[in-house]
Amino acid sequence: MREQLPALQVVIPLLGAVLCALLRRGAIAWVIALGVSWTLAVVSVLLLLQVLDTGPISYAMGDWAPPWGIEYRVDALSGFLLVLISVVGAVIMPYAHTSVCDEIEERNQGWFYTMYLLCLAGLLGIAITGDAFNAFVFLEISSLSTYAMIALGRDRRALLAAYQYLIMGTIGATMYVIGVGLLYSMTGSLNLVDIASRLGDVETSRPILAAIAFITVGVSLKLALFPLHVWLPNAYAFAPSVATAFLAATATKVAVYLLLRFLFSVFGVAIVVQGLPVTEIFLVLSLAAMFGASIVAIFQEDIKRMLAYSSVAQIGYITLGIALASQTGLTGGIVHLANHAMTKAALFLLLGAVVYRIGACKITDMAGLAKKMPVTMGAFVVAGLGIIGTPGTAGFISKWYLASGALEKGWWWLALLIVASSLLSVIYIGRVVEVIWFRPLAKAGEKASEMPLQMMIPALVLVAATIYFGFDTTWTADVAARAAQVLLPGAP
Amino acid sequence: MTAENLILLCLAVPAIATVLIAMCRQVPNLRETVTLSAAVILLVCVLGLLDDVLAGARPSVTLFEVVPGIAIAFTVEPLGMLFGLVASGLWIVNSLYSIGYMRGNDEPRQTPFYMCFGIAIASTIGVAFSANLFTLFLFYEILTLSTYPLVTHKANDEAVAGGRTYLVLLLGTSMVLLLPAIIWTWVETGTMTFAVGGILGEEPNPAIVAALLFLYAYGIGKAALMPIHFWLPAAMVAPTPVSALLHAVAVVKAGVFSIVKIVVYVFGIETLSQSGTAGWLLYVAGGTILIASIVALKADNLKRRLAYSTVSQLSYVVLATAILAPISVVGAAMHIAAHAVSKITLFFAAGSIYTAAHLTEVSQLNGIGRKMPWTMGAFAIGALSMIGVPPTAGFLSKWYILMGAMNTQQWVAVGIIIASTLLNAAYFLPVIYAAFFKAPDENSGGHDHGEAPLPMVIALTATAAGTILLFFFPAVPLALSKMLVGG
Repeated sequence: MREQLPALQVVIPLLGAVLCALLRRGAIAWVIALGVSWTLAVVSVLLLLQVLDTGPISYAMGDWAPPWGIEYRVDALSGFLLVLISVVGAVIMPYAHTSVCDEIEERNQGWFYTMYLLCLAGLLGIAITGDAFNAFVFLEISSLSTYAMIALGRDRRALLAAYQYLIMGTIGATMYVIGVGLLYSMTGSLNLVDIASRLGDVETSRPILAAIAFITVGVSLKLALFPLHVWLPNAYAFAPSVATAFLAATATKVAVYLLLRFLFSVFGVAIVVQGLPVTEIFLVLSLAAMFGASIVAIFQEDIKRMLAYSSVAQIGYITLGIALASQTGLTGGIVHLANHAMTKAALFLLLGAVVYRIGACKITDMAGLAKKMPVTMGAFVVAGLGIIGTPGTAGFISKWYLASGALEKGWWWLALLIVASSLLSVIYIGRVVEVIWFRPLAKAGEKASEMPLQMMIPALVLVAATIYFGFDTTWTADVAARAAQVLLPGAP
Repeated sequence: MTAENLILLCLAVPAIATVLIAMCRQVPNLRETVTLSAAVILLVCVLGLLDDVLAGARPSVTLFEVVPGIAIAFTVEPLGMLFGLVASGLWIVNSLYSIGYMRGNDEPRQTPFYMCFGIAIASTIGVAFSANLFTLFLFYEILTLSTYPLVTHKANDEAVAGGRTYLVLLLGTSMVLLLPAIIWTWVETGTMTFAVGGILGEEPNPAIVAALLFLYAYGIGKAALMPIHFWLPAAMVAPTPVSALLHAVAVVKAGVFSIVKIVVYVFGIETLSQSGTAGWLLYVAGGTILIASIVALKADNLKRRLAYSTVSQLSYVVLATAILAPISVVGAAMHIAAHAVSKITLFFAAGSIYTAAHLTEVSQLNGIGRKMPWTMGAFAIGALSMIGVPPTAGFLSKWYILMGAMNTQQWVAVGIIIASTLLNAAYFLPVIYAAFFKAPDENSGGHDHGEAPLPMVIALTATAAGTILLFFFPAVPLALSKMLVGG
């Protein structure tokens, strides 16, 4: 049984999705999704423990030996991502039922869980597969199901947002598959490890350069790297609350994983860092995201949209790790995948509770809401501190590694820019805090009360995690450091 | 009980008190009992550490490592001991005073008020006992965050605006300047643990030392060096017990304490004076002293005058440190204690004038000394200490700072201290004169009032007495201050 665990990561959610589609009833579908999410969390934790203990696991799908068959490969980095995705899913699911009943029509609820499970399968698949084309398939599974989830949002603009994302996402996926095609034509292989070893034979020829370009741009679209982020704010703002929390925590993170995989494991430091200006490009774009998107976030009226822009900015921190391309810098980027995931998921869940109670999340409607929902709003403040990155929160750990990475290189200006950008988050979070605590209660909030317990517990678990992982980094930064070692084999 | 456990207990007592206060929110009397007894227990715990530290021991405890090499750890060294004593001792009187003030003015939201107070005290102790830069930074930030709700307690537009300035300036400077300085120290030296003589090594690069000193001096916004002092007057919207907390017990003291601690244990006095890069700090501190005194001279609002007096007095500590003579550093440490007891007296007096007579401006205080003799008597003692007149605590610290400046022949510093003494006298003496010797105004004196509520009077009398006692019995703080520089 134990050796079949990698396959289960993908098979269980796919089967679950089929069951949900057949049964349709919202409540039953929810139970299935809940069971699947919890099982997957256990499976992924087992996988990660095994990897940390005995080294990478290679699993031949259908017993077809790699590189001919599809290889599932779990190392410290992919194991980290698997745990991240499945645990976020497992924490969010208990919350989902109440929120979904409120936001999605009865006849569509079954479909929502179907799409959620397909998306989960796709995301886990991308993280676990060692095959470039298989990754494309999973990318499409997760993307298509995401479009459908977004379109289920009750605001009519959700349709437009989903459509916008569909166009952008398809362009990205197409670019990715063009890049994979070029790689295949030059190396004759689709297995990532195999491609990497064969690339040594092929000089950095023009097709390889083109492949790097296509894959980088294609995946960057999916991970919403500035300025390819335009689909994201609308998609997050209009999707159902549960979907937003899940996608914000996982979807862009998996795309970052794919990018890391290609840049460092496949093409390698020799080509990407030394031969091409990739790190310089990422440096500029990351900084643009950190500052540009944060400034835009300050002026948002809709808090969900504000947090969406904040996500674009936080992705800038993650890609900054790529730009630093050092052990410390990459550790910072990778650990921020997890730290940002839990913090942002917590914030979106708390906002979901606001939507559940007052039906909107405009800043004017939320005025004075702390009087009615003190626990929710208190948790919002704490999670907000995590976004700002005050010490004692998970966000601080990421910032610490990134700034250390910058100073190790002697880039003191970059260290200053990193900390300066967090000042912008003080402004956009502080602005909300002032309104919800100090303004007189808005009309919309008059009948509000604390969120129900089944919503509160998952949200508070994530908020607690934000604090906990600001002190104990055994399961975040230490694993991220090992993942960075996987990506930079030569580094100390 | 071992010293290690005692350190943890010092942190735990105010933290546990916070939880208990929340649980007792329905019963105000019980809630206040919790606050007061926690304050007393804390002082006992801190005193329990005193003997060990005076005997030369440095009790320390490491909680856990956050990131390899970066631990949350505490070590009680002489300076931290002194600061811990000041903070925990004043928490008792401040609590007593808070109870009188909050009840006397019928303030709303008293339970969150006392809770935030508890967290602020816990983080102050954390700052005082921190064994490395990371721990210091962690508690420094918690202190900022926990005092923000206190500053905005009144929850009106003015309070929110003041709170905004407070938060953005303190959080901003610490994140943008202090954090890079800490990480830079870590990357350069591979350690963050405070050590006698500094951690920068034998002959550090002067350029790096200069840059680090700048980042630390301005990153620690709580020390209120000009031009980042604006948060302090902005925070005047807070209720008076909070102003006392900010100005005397915790916040600004945590700022200057951190600066002294970092200069002594990260740079090292010798290293810094050899590198010759600290000269500018002396001028900035001197400029702050003079400019803030002049602003105070012109301020009619009593609390605003006191706020600018604090800005100026804080820079005494920074100036004394920047002189870089061991004897002046003794003065810096002493001034932390001396200014604390005197300034808290002044704020208590301002608060009880507000509570009893509802007056806030200096120009309204004619003849008030006759109605409130205790309050204004205490005010006079506090003011004399600010000026540095014996027999008050302020005289002692000023004496040491002056000695240091003269020994090292830094005549600019001597000039600044003398000039500011005159300015201090110029903005405090008229208040005392008006209160006791001028006839009450006809148009503002219609309101009949006596002294403030008893707890407030007890508190301000106690701190006024402390100001004088510290002059006659300075043995313990002086011993600690001298141990700081290895004397």
